[in-house]
Amino acid sequence: MSNTETKEATYKPTSPNSKLDFESVWEYAPAPQDSDFAEVKDRYELFIGGKFVKPSKGRYFKSTNPATEEEITEFAEATQKDIDKAVKAARKAYEGEWSRISAKERGKYIYRIARMLQERAREFAVLESMDGGKPIRESRDVDIPLVAAYFFYYAGWADKLEYAFPGKKPVPYGVCGQIIPWNFPLLMLAWKIAPALATGNTVVLKPAETTSLTALKFAELVKDCGLPDGVINIVTGAGQTGAEIVNHQDIDKIAFTGSTNVGKIIQKSLAGTDKKYTLELGGKGALVIFEDAPIDQAVEGIINAIYFNQGHVCCAGSRLLVQEGVADKVIQKLKDRLETLIVGDPLDKNTDVGAINSKEQFETVNKYLELGVEEGADIYQAKCSIPENGYFIRPTLFTNVSQSNRVVQEEIFGPVLTVQTFRTADEGIDKANNTPYGLANGVWTDKGSKIFKVGSKMRSGVVWANTYNKFDPTSPFGGYKESGVGREGGMHGLAAYIRN
Amino acid sequence: MKHPDFNQTIPIDEVGVTERVARLNSRSIKKDSKVQALKLALSMIDHTTLEGSDSPGKVIQLCKKARQPHPAIPDLPTVAAVCVYPRMVSVAKKELKGTDINVASVATAFPSGQAPLFMRLEDTKFAVSEGADEIDMVISRGAFLNGEFNLVFDEIAAVKEACGEAHLKVILETGELHTLENVRKASDLAMHAGADFIKTSTGKVSPAATQPVTLVMLEAIRDFYYKTDKMIGMKPAGGIRTAKQAIQYLVIVKETLGAAWLNKKYFRFGASSLTNDLLMQIVKQETGHYQSLDYFSND
Repeated sequence: MSNTETKEATYKPTSPNSKLDFESVWEYAPAPQDSDFAEVKDRYELFIGGKFVKPSKGRYFKSTNPATEEEITEFAEATQKDIDKAVKAARKAYEGEWSRISAKERGKYIYRIARMLQERAREFAVLESMDGGKPIRESRDVDIPLVAAYFFYYAGWADKLEYAFPGKKPVPYGVCGQIIPWNFPLLMLAWKIAPALATGNTVVLKPAETTSLTALKFAELVKDCGLPDGVINIVTGAGQTGAEIVNHQDIDKIAFTGSTNVGKIIQKSLAGTDKKYTLELGGKGALVIFEDAPIDQAVEGIINAIYFNQGHVCCAGSRLLVQEGVADKVIQKLKDRLETLIVGDPLDKNTDVGAINSKEQFETVNKYLELGVEEGADIYQAKCSIPENGYFIRPTLFTNVSQSNRVVQEEIFGPVLTVQTFRTADEGIDKANNTPYGLANGVWTDKGSKIFKVGSKMRSGVVWANTYNKFDPTSPFGGYKESGVGREGGMHGLAAYIRN
Repeated sequence: MKHPDFNQTIPIDEVGVTERVARLNSRSIKKDSKVQALKLALSMIDHTTLEGSDSPGKVIQLCKKARQPHPAIPDLPTVAAVCVYPRMVSVAKKELKGTDINVASVATAFPSGQAPLFMRLEDTKFAVSEGADEIDMVISRGAFLNGEFNLVFDEIAAVKEACGEAHLKVILETGELHTLENVRKASDLAMHAGADFIKTSTGKVSPAATQPVTLVMLEAIRDFYYKTDKMIGMKPAGGIRTAKQAIQYLVIVKETLGAAWLNKKYFRFGASSLTNDLLMQIVKQETGHYQSLDYFSND
């Protein structure tokens, strides 16, 4: 018996709220992903008209690896002349070969792109993690497979558009300007380019300035796949470059995914023009957990909703609304679960939460952490160790908050969850809807009728039941209210690129 | 202690459980942590023979293997226990004298449990009197599926009493319970009734142990621990043949219950062919090569 006592005395709970020790006895050794084979050039040019061309003003900007703070390469800054060149190349391709070839041939090019993405999958995954900070396990298992899936899906639609739009002969817009964010760089590229090409458009796409690497690798792939020159053009740069695209006279349609603030600026710029646009903007998703929910699985759902991809997800479930009767239990289990999240080197196969994407975002999230405390919230963070270098933030909870807190209202875009309680279903729905955003919400209950009842009253483009952050190319995705306008994915995603 | 109302069911979402298991399986266990896990798993095995054709000779062989799994590698841990039918307990006890390997005996009309209670209790007492350190009992699945929870509870409590000093493992036979909610309910019931360990299967029914079932049982143990401060052990049995699977189970234990359960006092593998795969992997880690199976004894 004394043997038992001594043994149990050596176990120390990992966190003050836990009775469990998740650290002792057996630790995971580092499991680094081999990355030597992934090629990164010293400098990348613009990809215009099927060729890599130097920027007209000769300026380049550096790109860093957020996990190490080291520079990994530099990208060209596209200015007005470059955008003009790109749009001209896209227009030439649109009026030329891309409109002449049959829809079936268009589909074949997109299939080829999908296959080549699969062949180079591991390299793309490694570079995505290196450039943006997301764990290799996520880029390998989620991002890159979905990228290929979107290209495969839309390749199939290329020659079947009449079935997607019965009674119409679908006509593409022409040249589309596409601006994508840094949270799922290659996936957002796929969401934009695949439907645009399938419907017969040509594109000028600008990746985010902190995550341009996989886009330029994609440009190399495009060159290798023999796609007609000018169908896809990749131009790099920051906000100014984006503005040049939005304001360019010869672009027919703008597709933007990014923050609500920039979305509003774009909307204002486009008002009064005949340019069409789709905007996929920010969100502040609510996770509504009822008393009759499967609790352990709901806790796992919370983890997926807010700590996956470091919380850099527009549809992240960043507000936990838990029914009061199970609130203590859920919070205690959540805190225990936080202790088994591994925060660290994105290229380690066991890492769950990687690096914050950039210094700027790191500072933004930390400001919100300070703000929350100032506002009187109780802050709780995982007790894990984090690397000394790089932009890392521990998974965080804010309790003792309410609807009027800024950390509850504003999109933080980091691994930060706010926790509130509700008593009745109506109150839960009300709180979930009480936000200017409307991108995604989650409902957890074992009762099927409640899922339908609650889900149908939620004002968000996406409602997930007993799960979260599930994506599929067949499923349309987009927001209500200030989360944007238009849908991507599925047949809805095709409609966004058809003129009539 | 007030027992929960076993007529209530705790909802378990099967899709969620499957996804959690898949995420846990994506852990990459390499180098030192792999060697440590292999040896840890070896130390947790209940080396088992439960055949109608078991004889003293068979059991003696098994015990010799349990004491010395692989002479070529020094400093290997021994297995945790040997598991046999009641009639073989004295044979095992004699052969394992002087070691700290326990003798576990199945009892209560294993594997079906379809005998009157008094006979099942006699079965248990016999095994205990022969020297069994641990008793692996089976619950009455028919009564459980019939909603006779009080009966199942009382039977477990009675067997626990018959065990005396011996530790009681309660086999739920999850393959016959079918739903994860039933597994959860049976786990809670067994723990409240006095189980020291909850065990998935007899190994005579397919499916035997699975990772989703194991996760649900470990979560039940966790909730019970938070409620009562009592640590209950867990044993998946049947169907675990490879070292890779064993390591996956250890990951599930580590990330659900933590370090205090990562030892033979609170976690066991009910397996027979697992031992050789673990030994083969240990040799591979230490020498860099896979040896042929011929180098490992078949006992």
